[in-house]
Amino acid sequence: MRWKSTVIAGALAAATALAAPSVGAKDFKWAFQGNLNSLDPHGLFETFTIGFHGNIYEPLIAYDDNMNVVPALAESFEQTGPNTWRVKMRAGVKFHNGNDLTADDFIFSWERAKTEGSDMKVPAGKIKEIKKIDEMTFDIITPNPNPILPRSLLILYVMDKEWSIEHKTTSATNLKGGEEGNFANLNANGTGPFMVTQHAAGVKTMLKRFDGYWKNVPSNVSNATFTPISQDATRVAALLSGELDLAYPVPVQDWKRLKDAPGVQPLAGPEARTIFLGFDQVRDELLYSNIKGKNPFKDVRVRKAFAHAINVDAIKQKVMRGSSVPAGLMVAPQIGGFASELNAHWAYDTDMSKKLLADAGYPNGFEVTMDCPNDRYVNDEKICQAAAAMLARVGVKVKVLAQTKSKYFGKVLSQNNYDTSFYLLGWTPGTMDAHQAIEPLIACRTKEKGRGLFNLGGYCNERIHKLAPMIESETDQGKRATMIKEVFKIHQDEVGHIPLHQQPLSWGVSDRVTVNQRPDNVLDLRYVVVK
Amino acid sequence: MFAFIIRRLLQSILVMLTVAMIAFGLFRYVGDPINNLVGQETTLQERQHLRETLGLNDPFMVQFGRYVINTAKGDFGYSYMHRRPVKDMLIERMPATLELSIISVLMALFIGVPMGVYTGLRRNGLLAKIFMSASLIGISLPTFLIGIMLILFFGVMLRWLPTFGRGEVVAIGTWTTGLLTVSGLKALIMPSITLALFQMTLIMRLVRSEMLEVLRTDYIKFARARGLSNRAVNFGHALKNTLVPVITITGLQLGAVIAFAIITESVFQWPGMGKMFIEAVADVDIPVMAAYLCLIALFFVIINLIVDLLYYAVDPRLRVDTGGGGGHG
Repeated sequence: MRWKSTVIAGALAAATALAAPSVGAKDFKWAFQGNLNSLDPHGLFETFTIGFHGNIYEPLIAYDDNMNVVPALAESFEQTGPNTWRVKMRAGVKFHNGNDLTADDFIFSWERAKTEGSDMKVPAGKIKEIKKIDEMTFDIITPNPNPILPRSLLILYVMDKEWSIEHKTTSATNLKGGEEGNFANLNANGTGPFMVTQHAAGVKTMLKRFDGYWKNVPSNVSNATFTPISQDATRVAALLSGELDLAYPVPVQDWKRLKDAPGVQPLAGPEARTIFLGFDQVRDELLYSNIKGKNPFKDVRVRKAFAHAINVDAIKQKVMRGSSVPAGLMVAPQIGGFASELNAHWAYDTDMSKKLLADAGYPNGFEVTMDCPNDRYVNDEKICQAAAAMLARVGVKVKVLAQTKSKYFGKVLSQNNYDTSFYLLGWTPGTMDAHQAIEPLIACRTKEKGRGLFNLGGYCNERIHKLAPMIESETDQGKRATMIKEVFKIHQDEVGHIPLHQQPLSWGVSDRVTVNQRPDNVLDLRYVVVK
Repeated sequence: MFAFIIRRLLQSILVMLTVAMIAFGLFRYVGDPINNLVGQETTLQERQHLRETLGLNDPFMVQFGRYVINTAKGDFGYSYMHRRPVKDMLIERMPATLELSIISVLMALFIGVPMGVYTGLRRNGLLAKIFMSASLIGISLPTFLIGIMLILFFGVMLRWLPTFGRGEVVAIGTWTTGLLTVSGLKALIMPSITLALFQMTLIMRLVRSEMLEVLRTDYIKFARARGLSNRAVNFGHALKNTLVPVITITGLQLGAVIAFAIITESVFQWPGMGKMFIEAVADVDIPVMAAYLCLIALFFVIINLIVDLLYYAVDPRLRVDTGGGGGHG
């Protein structure tokens, strides 16, 4: 028996050696905490998923290594009228199966992004109509003037029309699809620099360099292997043992370990995600408080007292180990519309805080429950506990209800009627533009327009309510920036939310490779170089 | 005998219905799946439409009834997160879990039983004492700690074994096996030890105490008096009579090993059903959770049935009263 398995193993080893890529081939292995559940580019509007798909599929314009937008599949993308954009597709681009890229492929992809199972209906809805001019040119008609249309289409990836028809995957993967499943869910055919050779969701995804890629990119990777590793300890161990070239995220408390270990380094940077606190300002009585018959958070003095009671520098030093960037604005410096002069957090001043509470009629504070996720953001539960301890010093007793993200979001979001009094949330605008923070987080909640969907506390200001749609359609960048600033100023004066900090990106990287860390926590294989 | 099996199978349907019902009752406390299914841009109307499509707004009994009927038709539904038939996913993931569990149980048996016999026979020997103290570690340390320690020592410090995953696998039909490749076998070592350790110590301690018990009985003394060799007495008579409880425990533990492989699979990122289940819990992927729980219930039922049948083989007394209908439950 023993010799037999040795022989089999030997034969297999020999076979593997024969099949191994030639000398000079560069392999890259990386791990992330979450799964790549689907290869369908229109399936899920979520940063990791669309970031991963970006190595296989491409949009009309894309982010470069510094998150500037650069032309990708569109050679040119110009506004020709208030509601019209002229797009010329890049010539000579091939899909992985060898088909040529044409205007029809984009039109088809846009149609597909509007089908039942698609999660890209919002970006697809930014286009009212497409008029084809010739094989490589088309006009996009928008429902209203939209200065940031190209940015809205950054995540609308282009699929090959012929391939999709051939494999019967002309609509996005649906939750109630046929018994066979959707072909594009498990297979891919894009124009990107990497092709999928093997994909087992939740187990492993293997990519191979696409030789026919249209653009020169710094990467010299020939084969890339992705494995999801959910446990922090296992992910870090796999990096330390040399089985991985990159693992992310790594816990901030492991940075020292990575620094001390040979051959690996922590790679940190500020993420574009802002963590903030919010209050229920709508209900006449808070759901979770000992104050009955009125809502203390409707009083701006109470909100201001909270803002002055929270020491963001202490959170940075004690909870985030020096790695966060304290904030006073709802958007990060990387976001279009950021105004540095407004970014100072309220001064930490417990006396002022107590005085404000006393003025508002709560000299002895009050009790309130805080909703908090415990597995969504970096050290989220610890931040809530720290904030509760700080508020206790000014007499406010905060009970922290920290739950796993499915429970937390299931409780506080719109589908459960915003069941919260005080909460912690994090946000990165999908388009990297301030409007994507103002509309969902700060604008008044309106059902029909879908504004304020994540404005969990229902903060509402008339002026902001007027400005939000104007910002959306203002094409003069100067005027637009002024309006954005006005919104942030009003919001800050009224303490609509309390921004805390931008959380850190925390990656662990082997000395074998150099990578580019994008502020939205996306790994772009185009910039991975193996030494 | 045949009637017994039929009765057992009927009982098992009831067991599985109960499991499914309890599981369904719990799902409403796991959280809301919708937020995991869509991105932050998705509108409220879209979210509500999705809830409606998934039937999450229906009353509990309607959801449960629909599930039972579909399952009876062999349709386990569609995974919310993976958007694939749950059946396909289970078929894909099952080999990893079964290989790991079976190797672990075999390891536990083939190391645990001899160790138990040895410590039973030489209970004052130095080696026996070492075994007994070492077994305390196996029985008292939590699985994930053992796993992490193995990873740290053999994976990170010595770099002998891979810290995660299954290595290269070979597909034989729908079954993927890691037993035929070097990297697959290497990847199996640490997870199977982690999973086997508890069972191994349990079996060892059980065999030891049973052996001590049996060795005191008259028929062993008589066998020795007849001048039978030590080997014949110890293994032919003593060990054989200790086996009934060992089989029961091993059988039940096989079920437990499959079910509790969840922790080992998480620590080693082992792509089995347990890992899939734990991810489904985090994502509130109800069809996957339901199918997994029912499948585990089915495993337990089948294993118990096999254990009952094995009693017949080992214990001649049971064969005598087969006529009574085997009502020993």
